[in-house]
Amino acid sequence: MTAPGVPRLELRGICKSFPGVLVNDRVDLAVMPGESHALLGENGAGKSTLMKIVNGVLAADSGEVLWDGRPVRVTSPAEARRLGIGMVFQHFALFESLTVAENVALGLDAAESLDHLSERIRAVSDGYGLAVAPDRHVHELSVGERQRVEIVRCLLGDPRLIILDEPTSVLTPREALALFDVLRRLRGEGRSILYISHKLDEIRVLCDRASVLRGGRLVATVDPGQETARSLARMMIGTDVPDLTQRRAAAGVETAPLLVVENLDVDRDDPHGTDLRDVSLAVRPGEILGIAGVAGNGQNALMRVLSGERLVARADAVRIAGTPAGHLRPRARRDLGLAVVPEERLGQGAVPDLSLAENALLSAYRHGGLVRRGLVHRRQTHGFASRVIHAFNVIARSSDSAAGSLSGGNLQKFIIGREILQAPRVLVAAHPTWGVDAGSAAAIHQALVDLRDRGAAVLVISQDLDELYTLSDRIAVIAGGRLSESQPTHAVTAEDVGLLMGGLFDSEGGAGTAVRAESAPARMGPSKGGPADVA
Amino acid sequence: MDGLDAIVALLVATIRAATPLALAAVGELVTEKSGVLNLGVEGMMLVGAVAAFATAVATGSLALALLAAIIAGMLVALLFAVMTLSLMSNQVATGLALTIFGIGLSAFVGKDFIGIPIESLESVYVPWLSDLPLVGPVLFSQDPLVYASVALTFAVSWFLYRTRPGLVVRAVGENHSAAHAIGYPVIGIRYLCVLFGGAMSGLAGAYLSLAYTPMWVENMTAGRGWIALALVVFATWKPGRVLLGAYLFGGVTIIQLHAQGLGVEVSSHILSMLPYLATIVVLVLISRDQTKIRLNAPACIGKVFRPDH
Repeated sequence: MTAPGVPRLELRGICKSFPGVLVNDRVDLAVMPGESHALLGENGAGKSTLMKIVNGVLAADSGEVLWDGRPVRVTSPAEARRLGIGMVFQHFALFESLTVAENVALGLDAAESLDHLSERIRAVSDGYGLAVAPDRHVHELSVGERQRVEIVRCLLGDPRLIILDEPTSVLTPREALALFDVLRRLRGEGRSILYISHKLDEIRVLCDRASVLRGGRLVATVDPGQETARSLARMMIGTDVPDLTQRRAAAGVETAPLLVVENLDVDRDDPHGTDLRDVSLAVRPGEILGIAGVAGNGQNALMRVLSGERLVARADAVRIAGTPAGHLRPRARRDLGLAVVPEERLGQGAVPDLSLAENALLSAYRHGGLVRRGLVHRRQTHGFASRVIHAFNVIARSSDSAAGSLSGGNLQKFIIGREILQAPRVLVAAHPTWGVDAGSAAAIHQALVDLRDRGAAVLVISQDLDELYTLSDRIAVIAGGRLSESQPTHAVTAEDVGLLMGGLFDSEGGAGTAVRAESAPARMGPSKGGPADVA
Repeated sequence: MDGLDAIVALLVATIRAATPLALAAVGELVTEKSGVLNLGVEGMMLVGAVAAFATAVATGSLALALLAAIIAGMLVALLFAVMTLSLMSNQVATGLALTIFGIGLSAFVGKDFIGIPIESLESVYVPWLSDLPLVGPVLFSQDPLVYASVALTFAVSWFLYRTRPGLVVRAVGENHSAAHAIGYPVIGIRYLCVLFGGAMSGLAGAYLSLAYTPMWVENMTAGRGWIALALVVFATWKPGRVLLGAYLFGGVTIIQLHAQGLGVEVSSHILSMLPYLATIVVLVLISRDQTKIRLNAPACIGKVFRPDH
């Protein structure tokens, strides 16, 4: 079809600028047939813009796109599909109120009856082990299933180049491994893969070559197998990723826990939620407890119960610094020393259209004289927001910038900084570095560890196991609304945690239990009631 | 025989009262399904009504009058579309302004037409069928726009749920960013849907000034545009239910008018409330399922779409 040695996709000197910023600066990139090629870079390095140009959503200011060696002009996603370019989006381009088949139909250019299409969907999903049911509505599907829908939609267009934008950021380790198998098969069929990620370990096992973007420029194209995660990170950031400096608080082991949840039962309050069943946990001062779990297993309900958005009838079920708090509203809990970093940055953690100063005021208004006699003290508020911005290296023009104008990583640094500067005794953080680039993630991790070392009790809910292993002193797993007993981090392997995340501690017997029994140095069972980790 | 005549009169009047509501609401439904909230229905209806009336007076042709109403409704809708979709102004504020603009413009254009009589839209006559008792006058002797309103409702339902372009309209209203990423021209599709809504509102206005009360009176829509807007929401964006709601509203309106005429011992203000209450209660009762409402409501309604951000 094409001569060997001719790249399937080649970009030459791509430049793209938005008002005031040069986003892509003379980028060259070549993806060979049957190659899986990684595109690495921090948030804001220009990866998404480059991919939008390849996919025809944006037009480049200058530069050339070559397909099989011939110059092409990709003016729309439909044009890209005709060439054979398929895209799997990070924030899925799916329509929740429509069925899987309708969603797939929207991504194909030829009109086709839904019945016929449903058959083709079944054929492709069976063929690649991507289980999806064509007649289900997307809003009923888990994140992993949604991604499968996107991949099936992409495959039905028979693409010769598949672009995946941070595909594993929402998957469990096991789902990610299954995805890698699918990608390897696709590559085996001669399809090219362009894989965008900042998870360096994945790239090293999956990709043949990696191109690194920094500040809109291509800084290197390397064989990731020959690099370490550390050297790749250095190329992305330009400097070394700072190591986490830990000063483990030796004390605190025997002290009373600052945050206790005891035999908590909570019924779901929306139809897609999860019931919490008999959840118990305890976090002591100077300790980080990590809760691992696939999104949608009760984390949301647990967060709401901890923050006070949802009250529980039994005041004793949640205790903050020894005080029964289950019946207390968020403000009363904050007065007890609780701080919360919610899962959703925009909407829950911050109001997008308000300035950073106003957002700081929203959670810190009881702190440090920001409000006097019921009136907002403007100078103090801006001072506080500026302190957060400086202490946590938030890249923002000023404390007057709208929260929604910050990149995800920067806004998350701001939200965490806002909570930490209020010197909480207990911090609860959900997915603190989701979608945040490596440099910002390291800064956030350091801030959490520093807070712990100053004697606060920290609870981190995450589905990123690397993160939990870096941070936590103890790890527990949430699955199906039940929480396992926590174990010291060094006593459990990531495999065990991964299996538990799949909900295996619920089923007695069965293959999963057997695997766990063989490989587990320390077993983690469901909590049987009582404070989970009173040593 | 008197009783039957009264029932026939009631049913005929109900259908006639419901028709402009159904026309305007079905048009607005398509607009909203694409993710645009156009609160200017009342204004577009008025402009349609006066355009139809003026054309009828000037040319004597009711077909041309209908065409003029459709074009006038679309022109006003186009103004709304340019403001909200291209210039990205706020849809709620723009829609309200559009209504005020429509009221003013129609009053200005219509001031020379007050009191002029015209030939009203004629009823159809189907041999034999129209002569049947009860069903004859009720079902087979209406004017063409009545049949058109029913046919258009079913056509819109079929379009939205059975055709690919209809699927694209629903997709654009559900998640405009995703539709844009896949490569659909979000703005263009919304323009078409807003224009369709304008055409239907224009037609609804024409029905008022050509058939319902064949004359021009300032502000003659009397809030029907707002009822149509409410119907769309209470009918949870389903064309069939919009039609049902329109007939229900029309029916109760006529019944309470008769009741007032008969001198029922209830305050006329209370009676005037009945159509609104009955429609809301019935539509709320048949659509209590929150999940279904969420599924039918276009998720992006009223949100400004900026491509490439």
